[in-house]
Amino acid sequence: MHIQTNPTDEADSLDLMINMGPQHPSTHGVFRVVLWIDGERIVKSEPHIGYLHRGSEKLCEDELYSQVITLFDRLDYVSNLNCELAFCMATEKLMDLQIPDRAESIRVILCELNRIANHMLFYGAYGLDVGAMTPVLYGFRERERIQSLFESVTGARMMHNYIRIGGVKEDLPDDFGRRVAVLIEQLKKGIEECDDLLSNNEMFLARTKGIGVITGEDALDFGMTGPSLRASGVLEDVRISEPYSIYERFNFGIPVGTNGDCWDRYYVRVEEMRQSLDIIEQAIQQMESGPILANVRRITRPPKGEVYLRTESPRGDFGVYLVSDGTDKPYRVKVRAPSFANLQTLQHLLRDAYVADSVVILGSIDIVLGEVDR
Amino acid sequence: MAEKLQTPNTNPRQPRRPPEIPIASVNLDERGKVLHSLLPEVLVGFEFEILLAVDEVIVSIKPQDLPSICRIVKEDASLNLGYLRCISVVDYVEHLEVVYHLFSLKKRHKLVIKVQLPTESPHLPSIVSIWRGANWFEREGHDLFGVVFDGHPNLVPLVLYEGFKGHPGLKSFPFHDYKEW
Repeated sequence: MHIQTNPTDEADSLDLMINMGPQHPSTHGVFRVVLWIDGERIVKSEPHIGYLHRGSEKLCEDELYSQVITLFDRLDYVSNLNCELAFCMATEKLMDLQIPDRAESIRVILCELNRIANHMLFYGAYGLDVGAMTPVLYGFRERERIQSLFESVTGARMMHNYIRIGGVKEDLPDDFGRRVAVLIEQLKKGIEECDDLLSNNEMFLARTKGIGVITGEDALDFGMTGPSLRASGVLEDVRISEPYSIYERFNFGIPVGTNGDCWDRYYVRVEEMRQSLDIIEQAIQQMESGPILANVRRITRPPKGEVYLRTESPRGDFGVYLVSDGTDKPYRVKVRAPSFANLQTLQHLLRDAYVADSVVILGSIDIVLGEVDR
Repeated sequence: MAEKLQTPNTNPRQPRRPPEIPIASVNLDERGKVLHSLLPEVLVGFEFEILLAVDEVIVSIKPQDLPSICRIVKEDASLNLGYLRCISVVDYVEHLEVVYHLFSLKKRHKLVIKVQLPTESPHLPSIVSIWRGANWFEREGHDLFGVVFDGHPNLVPLVLYEGFKGHPGLKSFPFHDYKEW
């Protein structure tokens, strides 16, 4: 009998195929990955997406511009405001519309708060992925505070439909200033607590340091963006490389990793929360009173043409390609979802990794399936 | 009320003039202008057409030139467009258009490459060998629009399930009149 102990060819190996998902708790949604394993090592993997495909891009073609915003809410359902912003700004760019200053400030403040909420969810979920139960409680506590502030501003905790073409829906409530000041203090403390709790925990380090390494060159080739790319040492942030809204006015840092492993991808996000707080503080200081909505018609009819707009969503480069034929409905909307491109690296990252690490690697890319499948 | 009824359209036989559709204004930035002047030198020997849209420079090329032009714009030192932002397919009913959005992280300029394909059996060379990130974008384009990317390593359904009939992204695919059960 011939037993191949060290298989070189994938097809010849004595491998076993196991199926992870689609209802696996740590696939962060309905996502399936088929793993071919040889002992404890993953030989090959094949991700399967599309379980949440709702045809959002097609649906956009049958809605008015103002109605499309609600569909964008449901793409990345953890950072809704950032998705809304991308679509509204794409339409405004096509119309060459000037937005009131106060509206821009409100957008930036809320989107950066959304970024923190998103990273807090990542923090909690990632703790669970590596087997730590407590971080999720701390992460959700902070996220809950942000959500309740959002509720007082937009009227909804998740599907806000708050950012409009030309500005925002309504002005901030009277007690916003007081509430956000309290929130910032709480978040500052909360982020430190979260950092202390998990980042340098010995077991956490053992699970994440040196696991799932990707070089900056490879990451760029796969189209990886956002914190996951920056963890590999590439300084690329749309807020810097192609500034939009009023980000040019602020002074903030972009955390960049060195090793491109799971821990770097995790820690870049923790550090990003601090930078976001910095931006929020500056934005609140600079905010002036004034109108919140530009003079736009109720039914938007952008001129004929096409536009591609990039924004820095919490997961990376969120792009909207909008083709207009001059009517009140978009001709074609293509969403360049950061999670979609980031997830492509999974096959590369999982090669020769241990089965036990597959969840840790998947968690570190931080995907939202609503955005991957659209 | 009566007065309103007395002042109808003066000439009812003349049809209403269709509303004029404005065209989005072009507003290139400095980097875009430099790129615009560079392109004809870099792409010498190819058949192409340069267009402008809002703040992007667009090159419309022939399908068979796509891989070689992609390789040139990626590796040329003056362009250095190393980051593939997005691949989108647009159905213009008479033809399909595949749109490649590129960006240069070093030079911070952006370029759009456009390819027009016939609606009947659209074929296009794959660029997975140039950008590995093109893989899923091409699979999605194949799913939703039926564009066949020749040379793609694994052109199987990605967002749709196996055995799905039709290409839902196309304008000819019905919106509301399908029955699930």
